[in-house]
Amino acid sequence: MAEAIKNKGHLAHAGHGSHGGDHGHGHDHHDQEEMKTFGFWLFLITDVILFGTLFATYVVLRNNFAGGPLGSDLIEMSGIIASTFILLTSSFTSGIALLEMNKGNKKGLITWLIITALLGASFIYLEVNEFIHLVHEGANIGTSAYWSAFFTLVGTHGLHVTVGLVWMTAIILQIRRRGITPVTKRKVNIISLYWHFLDVVWIFVFTIVYLMGVM
Amino acid sequence: MWDKIKDFSSEFFVTGDPLILGAQVSIAITMVAIVFILTYFKKWRWLWTEWLTSVDHKKIGIMYIIASILMLFRGGVDALLMRMQLAVPQVEFLNAEHYNAIFTTHGVIMILFMAMPLMFGLFNIVVPLQIGARDVAFPFLNSLSFWMFFFGAMLFNVSFVIGGSPDAGWLAYPPLSGLSGSPGVGQDFYIWGIQISGIGSLATGINFIVTILKMRAPGMKLMKMPMFTWSVLSSCTTIIFAFPILTVTLFLLFIDRYLGAHFFTLDGGGNPMMYINLIWMWGHPEVYIVILPAFGIFSEIVSAFSKKKLFGYKSMVFALMSISFFSFFTWAHHFFTMGSGANVNAFFAVTTMLIAIPTGVKVFNWLFTMYRGKLSFPTPMMWTIAFIPCFVIGGMTGVLLSVAPADFQFHNSYFLIAHFHQVLIGGVVFGYFAGLYYWWPKMFGFKLHEGLGKWAFWFWNIGFYVCFMPQYALGLMGMTRRFNEYNFDMGWQPLNVVSTVGGFLMGIAFLFQVWQIAHSIKFYKKEKTGDTWDGRTLEWSIPSPAPMYNFARIPVVTEQDDWWEKKQRRLRGEADPPEVAQAEQAPLEPIHMPRNSGVPFVMSSFWFIAGFGFVWDWKWMIVLGLGGVIVSMLVRSFTYNTDYYIPVEEVERTEAAARGAH
Amino acid sequence: MANHNAHTEHGDHGHEGGHGSMKSYVIGFLLSIVLTIIPLVAVMNGMFSKQVTTVLILVMAILQFAVQLLFFMHIRDEKKPRYNLISLIFGLVIMLTIVAGSIWIMTYNAVAT
Repeated sequence: MAEAIKNKGHLAHAGHGSHGGDHGHGHDHHDQEEMKTFGFWLFLITDVILFGTLFATYVVLRNNFAGGPLGSDLIEMSGIIASTFILLTSSFTSGIALLEMNKGNKKGLITWLIITALLGASFIYLEVNEFIHLVHEGANIGTSAYWSAFFTLVGTHGLHVTVGLVWMTAIILQIRRRGITPVTKRKVNIISLYWHFLDVVWIFVFTIVYLMGVM
Repeated sequence: MWDKIKDFSSEFFVTGDPLILGAQVSIAITMVAIVFILTYFKKWRWLWTEWLTSVDHKKIGIMYIIASILMLFRGGVDALLMRMQLAVPQVEFLNAEHYNAIFTTHGVIMILFMAMPLMFGLFNIVVPLQIGARDVAFPFLNSLSFWMFFFGAMLFNVSFVIGGSPDAGWLAYPPLSGLSGSPGVGQDFYIWGIQISGIGSLATGINFIVTILKMRAPGMKLMKMPMFTWSVLSSCTTIIFAFPILTVTLFLLFIDRYLGAHFFTLDGGGNPMMYINLIWMWGHPEVYIVILPAFGIFSEIVSAFSKKKLFGYKSMVFALMSISFFSFFTWAHHFFTMGSGANVNAFFAVTTMLIAIPTGVKVFNWLFTMYRGKLSFPTPMMWTIAFIPCFVIGGMTGVLLSVAPADFQFHNSYFLIAHFHQVLIGGVVFGYFAGLYYWWPKMFGFKLHEGLGKWAFWFWNIGFYVCFMPQYALGLMGMTRRFNEYNFDMGWQPLNVVSTVGGFLMGIAFLFQVWQIAHSIKFYKKEKTGDTWDGRTLEWSIPSPAPMYNFARIPVVTEQDDWWEKKQRRLRGEADPPEVAQAEQAPLEPIHMPRNSGVPFVMSSFWFIAGFGFVWDWKWMIVLGLGGVIVSMLVRSFTYNTDYYIPVEEVERTEAAARGAH
Repeated sequence: MANHNAHTEHGDHGHEGGHGSMKSYVIGFLLSIVLTIIPLVAVMNGMFSKQVTTVLILVMAILQFAVQLLFFMHIRDEKKPRYNLISLIFGLVIMLTIVAGSIWIMTYNAVAT
């Protein structure tokens, strides 16, 4: 009867001694946090749809260069390859952070989260550089339908990573202050899900925008 | 300096139209009056602590409903203005521009700012009570959803007096809605108003799915859930898959307008038809989003007032869930005439016809539930009965429209207008009215006056048919939508006059409802039992209005229509199953509740500021708004003290007071 | 049978709230590297015809998605009822409908480029 527990939903920190229920605090809390993780999972599904729509737009407009520069003219794969491996690695390191957390190692958790965030930051740095390069070469968001779709799709992913960085920083600060509690644990679980998800999206950006763009 | 201010304000405020001037003056007077009343009666603190910061699903539900009724009024006034313009050929009561603005705002407001919040209001009030929960899964997010909706709606509505209303149709097709077609700020108000409230809708969808899947009372298996809860689940499923598409589509339109991109422009390789394709991927599921909960409401009411279990519970569940799935495969029937080729049109014509099947199944479910039932006909049941033929006719004309070759004739004619008003008014509005009448006593603890309700009912119904039946004929006579003028020699006037009369009959019906509410408040009669209609589901097992924690003890459910079965058992003198009895006699425990929070209100007002900044392209305002949003999020993230306990003594006191009122 | 094996495969399965092990993360990471390199090499060297390459790299991307899902997001560990998996499948179906439907509908509505 998991539902019953939720409705009672005692929290450990409230410190009431008089719970007659046969469920321990930890278990109750675990359930509440699980519900939030499920809610976040549903949010990720909505994000799948969001990116799906952007991909659909990109694919439909992929040949509409309107006499402007082609994608394959300007895209430089070296930077893209680097950022792809950086993001892949950060997905892995965020997983290690999770393992450290499950071991109860606060220091390890924070260290690996910081490593993940740094990798994410370098990904963003490379992306910004790429955009600057493209604009310099004469392709901006208003150049043609192709470039509008390109910048919007890639930029939306980049924006997601940036939001993830701010959020991860906030979580690191909270872990430093509060340690590994059911609440911070859930937050780390959620951000690592988010991070893996961004990695998946990038794989498709990499494949459909870049690899197929230069093919 | 003075000239600068004058220049600015002539651009900033909408000027020059007596109707709008009147509206501006009345808005200003209303606002002053509200501020005065709140200050005079010292109600500011009460407003803030009891309502604006509340995370209680029942209060949020009430706020949704109040907002939606205000929006119904505004959308209704728009409709009547249009009908007045169309009653007489070749007059200029509204000029073309004003007429465009009014049909645009009418559509947007009725769907997004009337139907949606009314629906969310009913979700909020009913779902946790029906499944035996103390709140929704994420009460804070719930409050945020409401305020995002509210400020989004306000941003949209403010365009009426500031900057100018959008006037490119309710779905704002480019290139008309692009920068070349609509250089003014109206479209930006449209984009940001909908975008901000859309985020709220998405969050509500997630919230209620989690609530329904994870917070049901012990023993309430999925197949024992009340049908309204099922319909909410199917509607929310559709929301979370459809709304991201709207978000992206409007976002792309915004980028086109703001950054000069070329998604939907005529130059630079843009393709306006892609917008039409995308917006209907949201737009079609959207109509199912609003109709599905109405189906749930009718199911509850039919069963309650026939004193019978719903006929074909499983087939109803199946129908609801399959509609929410198949609603994603019919969108192209909105643009058969775009020229996507015979295969595309054939495919979408067939899917459209298919989706009529589960809808038809439901009509039989309701009819067979009534068959040999002990029927009674209070207002909620009357709306249900009126809905069935109305919706059947609306559905049939929908099937006519789904025939792709025939649609080339019907497309954008008044035939179409009559069709979708028939399913939206006959289905959605009737459904939500039925729900409002049905659950009103649960919300407020008193019933609405039945006699006045019947007047309103008849005016609505007769008005509806008088207004829209002629429009089918007008459509076949060749009258197309969105024209503000037509010639005498078209021969359309007689039917248009009839239609206008019908529109005003519905206006009178609305006045009856306002009167009904005022009358019922004035002659307040406390509803003592908590079980106004001898109901069947859990919400009727607790006092009206529900205490803030809903259930002092979480019930254990053993049956479908559990409360009804329990009452029957007791009438027969049978004992409850042991687990039910045990749950009822268990000692009270402190109840864990979420704390109120001002963050949703503040964060949403920052969204409003950011949106307003984007509309006028005032960079400082954008930065201020978005900065405020980020800070609000971080504040929330760092807040750990988000819950508290209601002590047993207080629960006992509340329960005793509720019982004392018996 | 399968249940017994599953327990030994995932080292700390019984860990409260814990998912996966170092081993599964490392395997997942290596697989994702490989699945990135294959399409990269195929495209950069122009090894196959355009059609074959397109299919190949799309398949690799989907496999990579599966790897992330299985080894990093632990979709297998979910308890019944599997709402996460159900919602994901539903979401993917809708997402594919959006992409494929748009391509199909817009085929005849392409504008001059």
